Amino acid sequence: MYKIVRKKELNPTVTQMEILAPLVANKALPGQFIILRVDEEGERIPLTVAGTDPKEGTVKIIFQIVGETTLRLNHKQEGEEIADFVGPLGRPTETEGIKKVCIVGGGVGCAIALPVAEEFHRLGAEVTSIIGFRSIDLLILEDEFKACSDRLIVMSDDGSYGRHGNVTVPLKEMLEAGEKFDLVLAIGPGVMMKFTVLTCKPFGVPCRVSMNPIMIDGTGMCGGCRLTLVRDGKRITKFACVDGPEFDGYEVDFDEAMSRGRMYFPYERHAYDEACNLFKQG
Amino acid sequence: MALNPKKNAMPSQEPQVRAHNFNEVALGYTRELALDEAARCLNCKNKPCVAGCPVNIDIPGFIMKVKEEDFEGAYQVINKTSSLPAVCGRVCPQETQCESKCTMGIKFEPVGIGRLERYVADWHNANATGKAQAPAPNGHKVAIVGAGPSGLTCAGDLAKKGYAVSIFEALHKAGGVLVYGIPEFRLPKAIVAKEVETLKELGVEVATNVVIGKTLTIDELFEKGFEAVFVGSGAGLPNFMNIPGEHFKGVYSANEFLTRSNLMKAYLDDPRTPIMKGGKVIVVGGGNVAMDAARTALRLGAEEVSIVYRRSMDELPARREEVEHAEEEGIVFRLLQNPVEILGFNNPDNPRDERNGFVCGMRVIKMELGEPDEKGRRRPVPIPGSEYELEADTVVIAIGTSPNPLIKDTTKGLEVNRHGGIVVNEDGLTSREGVYAGGDAVTGAATVISAMGAGKVAAAAIDEYLSNK
Repeated sequence: MYKIVRKKELNPTVTQMEILAPLVANKALPGQFIILRVDEEGERIPLTVAGTDPKEGTVKIIFQIVGETTLRLNHKQEGEEIADFVGPLGRPTETEGIKKVCIVGGGVGCAIALPVAEEFHRLGAEVTSIIGFRSIDLLILEDEFKACSDRLIVMSDDGSYGRHGNVTVPLKEMLEAGEKFDLVLAIGPGVMMKFTVLTCKPFGVPCRVSMNPIMIDGTGMCGGCRLTLVRDGKRITKFACVDGPEFDGYEVDFDEAMSRGRMYFPYERHAYDEACNLFKQG
Repeated sequence: MALNPKKNAMPSQEPQVRAHNFNEVALGYTRELALDEAARCLNCKNKPCVAGCPVNIDIPGFIMKVKEEDFEGAYQVINKTSSLPAVCGRVCPQETQCESKCTMGIKFEPVGIGRLERYVADWHNANATGKAQAPAPNGHKVAIVGAGPSGLTCAGDLAKKGYAVSIFEALHKAGGVLVYGIPEFRLPKAIVAKEVETLKELGVEVATNVVIGKTLTIDELFEKGFEAVFVGSGAGLPNFMNIPGEHFKGVYSANEFLTRSNLMKAYLDDPRTPIMKGGKVIVVGGGNVAMDAARTALRLGAEEVSIVYRRSMDELPARREEVEHAEEEGIVFRLLQNPVEILGFNNPDNPRDERNGFVCGMRVIKMELGEPDEKGRRRPVPIPGSEYELEADTVVIAIGTSPNPLIKDTTKGLEVNRHGGIVVNEDGLTSREGVYAGGDAVTGAATVISAMGAGKVAAAAIDEYLSNK
C-alpha cells in the first residue's frame, strides 16, 4: 500500500497528490510516468511524474478528474493509502545538447511539462514556456512555471486570463520573428500536440511530443499503447510505455493515436456516471 | 486383476454450459476415480515416466501412496521436487512428457499422471492443516526477478534449503502468466494464490510493483546484498503481424486481451477495466494462447468466435485437449487461411461517427501446404487469387511473444541472442557472474513446466555457487 502524504486541489477538476513510494522517488526522472491502482478491484492507469522528493521518498502526481478511476482517486484523503504504485516507467526526457527550449503545455498536460521545464532550467538551458488553458478557472502551476522559465506566456481559449487564443499563436509569432529553438516540446491533448507540430513544421524546428495512450502494464507486455510512427514513408509500430512516452512529433500519426484513445469512450461515460452516483449516495 | 486399458475420463462441465461461465472446465477426479486410476500404475522399476518430467517428480512413488490412500504422503513425494503441483496437474502437457513415456502407454492408454497429480494437490489444499515450515536460514540472500512459473519454482527450491529469497514482480500480483495469461476456467486464480501463500510460509518475500530494469537494476540488487539473482522475467513482448489495419480499435494482442480478462477481471459483471466483447471475434494463431483467447471471448459473450490459422489441424501447436475443448464449445476453426489485412469502419459522410476507426473485418488468403521447411513442418503457401473477407468486431492476435528487453537494456555484460533471449549455459548461468536466468526470458514463449524445470536447474546451480563461495 502507498500512503497519500499530501493532497491539494489545484483547480476544481485537477488534484495534486504526493505519494510515499521511496523506490520510485529515488529513480524517477522528468518525462517518466508511473502506473497506479486506487484499490484492489481497480484498473491500472498511467500518470506522468510531476516531481519527486527522494529525501522524503515521495512522488508528486497531478491528475484531472476525467473518469471513474480518477474520481475514486480524488475521493482518497491525505493519510489514506492506494493499492499500487509502480515505476518509474518509460524513458526520461532527452536533454543533452539542448541550450534553448520552448515548452508548450496544454491543460493538465502542464503538470507533466513542469518538471521537464524545471530540469532544462536546472541544466542551464534558456526556457520559454507557453501554457494554455480553456479558462482562468482551470489555470494551474503559473507560479511554478514562472520560477523556472526565462519567459512565460499564459494563454486562455476564452480570453479570461493571459492572452486570448491557443498555444500555437505565440509559438508561431516567435518562430516567424526568427527565434531559434533547439527543441519545441509539446505536452497536452492530442489535438494540441498535432497543431504544435504543424506550427513548427514550416520552420524546420525539432519538435517532440509526449504521448499518453491507454495502457495496462507499462512494461511492454500488452501492446495496448502501440502507436504508429511514419519514418521515410514507412509505418513503424512503437510502444509508448517502453519506447516513449516522448516521440519525434513529425513522425507520430496523431489521428490514429487520438482515435485509439477514444476506444472505451461509451464504457467510460457509463462507469463515470455510475461512480458519481455511488459517491453521491455515500 | 484385469487392468483397465483406458485412462479414467476427467469429469468436466458440459460444453454448452461451460461456454457461458468462467468456472473451471475440468472438475477433477473423485476419490474413487483416483484410486482406480492409481491402480493402473505398474510401478515399473526403471520409472521411464520420471525421465519425461522436467522437474523429475517420483511419479510411481506418489502413485503408490495414492494406492495406499495416503494422499498427504503422496503430496509430500511430489512436493520434494515440485513447487506448484496443483498448477502442473492442470496445465502441463503430460501427453508429450511423463505420460508419453508410461509403460502402460505402449499397449494401452498411459496412466493419467497429470490427473492424479491434480487430485493429490487439491486434496492437500483442501485437507492439510499444518503450515509449511521454513527451514533454518543459511545466511545467504537470493533475488528472483519475476513471480511467474520459473521464478516461483526457483524461489521454492532455494527457500527449502534455507536461503533468504526475495521475489520482485512488476505487476500488482504474483503468478506471472499463471495469473495474467491462463484463464480462470483452465487454472483458477485461487489455486495460484494458494501456491504463492505456501512459498510465503517457507519465508519467501514477494515484492510486487517492482520493475527490475526500471525501479531497481540487477546491479542494485547486488549492492543491496543479494549474492545471486535469477531472472525469470518471461516473454513479455507481443508480436504483431505487421499487416495493414492492426491499429484499429478492437484489435488486441492476446496478452492484452487475456490480461484485461484475467488479471484485471474484465470477465466480471461490472468490471472496472473495460474489454470489447460480443459480436464476431477472430483469433489469429494456433497455439494454447490462441485457444485461451478464443474460449475467453466466447465466455465473454461473443456470438461467434473463430480461429484463423495458416496451417492445417495436424500442425496446430496447441495441446490436443485444448483444441478438443474449443471445438466442443463451438469455436470455428478457419484453417489454412492467413490474414492479409484488418479492415476498419469509416463513414466518409460523418467523421464523427462513433464507429469510425473500429475494426469491422479481416481480409484473408487461403493457403496450401507446400514443401517441408528446415524443421520438417510443411510450409504454408498462399493460393493466388483466393482472398476473401470475414466480418469481425474484435480481433485478437495470438502469434507469439518475444523476451522483454527491459533487463537486457539495463544490465551491462548480459549477453542475449538475436531473438533477445538471455544466453545461459546448461546450469542457467548467464554471461554475468551470479546472474542466472530461465523460462521464456531465455527460450522465448514455451510451456509452464519447462520454465519450472529451468527454475529448478538454476536453483541447484545457485545453491552450488553460493555453497562454494
